[in-house]
Amino acid sequence: MSLEILGISVLWIFLYGYLIIASIDFGAGFFAFYGKISKRDHLINNLISRYLSPVWEVTNVFFVFFFVGLVGFFPDAAYYYGTALLLPGSVSLVLLVIRGSFYAFGNYGSKENSFYLFLYGATGLLIPAALSTALTISEGGFLKEKGSGVEFLAKELFTSPYSWSVVLLAIVSVLFISAAFLTYYADRAGDMPARDVLRKFTLFWSPPTILASFLVFASLHAHNPGHFSKAIQLWWMFGLSLLFFLIASYLILKKKNFGTAFIAVMLQFFFAFFGYGASHLPYILQPFVTVHESITNPTMGTALVVVFIAGLLLLIPSLLLLMKLFLFDADYVKGKK
Amino acid sequence: MELDNVMLSRMLTSMTLAFHIIFATIGVGIPVMISIAEFVGIKKNNNHFLLLARRWARGFTITVAVGVVTGTCIGLQLSMLWPSFMKVAGQVISLPLFMETFAFFFEAIFLGIYLYTWDRFKNKWLHWLLTIPVMIGSSASALFITTVNAFMNTPQGFELKNGKAVNIDPIAAMLNPSTPSKVFHVLTSSYMTSAVLLAAITSFAILRGKRSIYYRSALRLTMICSLVFSLGTALAGDVSAKFLAEVQPEKLAAAEWHFETESNADLILFGTIDENNQIHHAIRLPGMLSFLAGSSFDKKVIGLDDFPKDETPPLWIHYMFDLMVAIGSFVIVLSLVYLIAWRAKKFSEWFKPILWGIAAAGPLSVLAIEFGWIYAEVGRQPWILRGYMKVADAATTGQGVGLTFIIFAILYFILAILTCVVLVRMFKNKPAEAELEKRFNH
Ligand code: HDD
Ligand code: HEM
Ligand code: HEM
Repeated sequence: MSLEILGISVLWIFLYGYLIIASIDFGAGFFAFYGKISKRDHLINNLISRYLSPVWEVTNVFFVFFFVGLVGFFPDAAYYYGTALLLPGSVSLVLLVIRGSFYAFGNYGSKENSFYLFLYGATGLLIPAALSTALTISEGGFLKEKGSGVEFLAKELFTSPYSWSVVLLAIVSVLFISAAFLTYYADRAGDMPARDVLRKFTLFWSPPTILASFLVFASLHAHNPGHFSKAIQLWWMFGLSLLFFLIASYLILKKKNFGTAFIAVMLQFFFAFFGYGASHLPYILQPFVTVHESITNPTMGTALVVVFIAGLLLLIPSLLLLMKLFLFDADYVKGKK
Repeated sequence: MELDNVMLSRMLTSMTLAFHIIFATIGVGIPVMISIAEFVGIKKNNNHFLLLARRWARGFTITVAVGVVTGTCIGLQLSMLWPSFMKVAGQVISLPLFMETFAFFFEAIFLGIYLYTWDRFKNKWLHWLLTIPVMIGSSASALFITTVNAFMNTPQGFELKNGKAVNIDPIAAMLNPSTPSKVFHVLTSSYMTSAVLLAAITSFAILRGKRSIYYRSALRLTMICSLVFSLGTALAGDVSAKFLAEVQPEKLAAAEWHFETESNADLILFGTIDENNQIHHAIRLPGMLSFLAGSSFDKKVIGLDDFPKDETPPLWIHYMFDLMVAIGSFVIVLSLVYLIAWRAKKFSEWFKPILWGIAAAGPLSVLAIEFGWIYAEVGRQPWILRGYMKVADAATTGQGVGLTFIIFAILYFILAILTCVVLVRMFKNKPAEAELEKRFNH
């Protein structure tokens, strides 16, 4: 495998990791807030907080990892994105800052503050919307090269149907992934009232997820026919994604195997996300940056890969320990520890 | 002064870093203090120290959160504000940035475990063991990011051909000449600041009338640590000054208002300078600059006149340097006086002026960190990559830097206030005595 494909695969895997665990986190924020205003917080909010408290910082690191890795493996991509995305990037940053700090303030500082909870819930939906525009921009048509730099065409972005369909997909996916995971977590905790509320959330968000996916496909066809036809060549990946979606929804509907159901959700997004990524290649940012031209020098690339492998050897056992203590320890999940 | 993109980018970078560095410093030092307190508590089977570790850890969750989010800001802003710099330097120096992320990751995982497993292990030492990966993770992230900063001061490990970096050696770039002294000084000063800050909080509580054994134990422990770490900081600062004299003489010369290369050079403390570079009202220590730079009065110290005018840093960094050193010396003397007062039993260790001194030393140490970084960063001017690229050529050409600056200024302002409010409330609502009673005596 060439260095650039290896590099982009590493980054894509991390982005996928972020997609899953950040979705759980973002959606949980929304459900916690929704639970409060619909007076069901006594049912679900404890459960959500038991899961989130020990892991929120880990979530953020996934994101940091992605953009540091992007600068490392593909410095040119950082140049284009950096120049163009100052304002939209800063908006995402401000939202991330509000979310992270207010989570800590609310959770460790003053309990039961509805305003903190509101910010936490609202940013949970706004951040995926804001971050997903980076993927939209990568499709091309929203940046213009001029003189000494690149210019961001904000108006085009805000009026593009493709851009809005991606935002929609991001939001409903977050809610679906999160609800599916929390249903499983509640089931493990033996917390039936919470499980039933969350299961209903999952079922509620399941059809919109698949509708939004089709919408994205349709608008991609209009916006970037080249990418669309490459995606069609990888039809089997999207087919597998659909299949796992059906399995997950079926299991949750039938109230069984919530663990398997969540794995199916993960696979659903895995195939869709990698199908999307693979058909996007060789471009990182159309038409300015391809993986082949922007890849860093081979010495640095090799060094990064070596560090990456060494890092994984260190992290995987640690992550397993974290999961063993907080996710798979029945007593902790049930609130007895 | 024109508010162009370069100026605005500098202002925004400075603001984010100046804010992040407070929480970063605390993030590196507090885990060490927590570890020490828990160790002493288990070893001596003393609940006061265990509670100390526990309460510090609880406050730490807030400062870590702010450290993480502001760090994410500076990480993204580097690419957004200095894209040309990152495009070139990214080829050479992304390795430590990448490694830093792993260090964070490692720390984040074990910090999560540490905070939520206080009563979960039968063997208390198992819980203490968790502080080790946390300390390794946070100190390692400081180490890696400091190699990046060191690289900007003394770049090596590449050649620049037609604006592109070639012949790259990432390891040599990390192990550049500036790395050892900088890492040493950054680490010791972080430990020192955290110890002094905790001592200051304790001292302030005592001044407000809290006199239980809990506070006395806390003050003794933190003051011993303050002495050790401030001595280490001064030693490391001395190493840094000797390093500068050898490798980056214009920075030291600007800080010392030293214009002509000479041996037996005088050390100038404070004072003012006029437009003809005449120095007034300063304290002059004959020969001391040579001594500081090379441990000998005959050491020749290179002066600013050896450099082109447009490649020397601004002269006001003199005050930054002097204030940093003054604060460092103040903390050393203060902790010595306190420990003597305690040991000799002649004076009461509750002696008010000493307590007020300690309470002031906390904020002062944070200021010393800020002064130190401003000195180190502005002292590198006009270069962003010393000898290769100037700050003026590296800034973004994008629109909206000014607006972004305003947004972040408001954001940090709110964060700063809320952090203080939340921390104060957290400890007010749960006084130590009540918690001690509840946790250990039922
Ligand atoms: C508590 C904070 C603190 C204290 C008391 C001191 N320093 Fe410091 N100093 C720092 C915190 C710091 C710092 C924030 O860590 C810096 C900024 C950049 C760096 O590498 O370390 C720094 C930089 C710095 C540099 C520039 C290094 C470089 O750019 O490569 C020198 C020469 C010194 N210091 C020397 C001293 C001396 C002789 C001190 C005598 C006691 C001293 N510092 C106390
Ligand atoms: C790749 C990394 C870095 C880049 C691109 C960078 C760039 C800059 C630039 C351009 C400035 C403005 C200088 C000026 O005011 O004229 C600045 C200031 C500053 N930097 Fe760095 N720097 C980096 C690393 C660091 C690190 C690791 C630290 C430590 C926390 C740091 C601390 C500071 C501080 C405190 C200032 C404020 C100085 C002032 O007030 O002017 N920098 N940085
Ligand atoms: C250019 C300068 C810097 C950059 C780009 C940077 C980047 C970051 C990032 C991305 C984070 C968030 C990591 C996470 O998500 O957990 C962070 C947090 C942190 N940084 Fe910085 N940093 C800089 C300067 C420094 C310096 C000089 C130090 C130490 C002296 C430092 C120590 C820390 C610490 C301790 C945290 C808190 C993380 C934790 O406790 O888990 N940083 N920084």
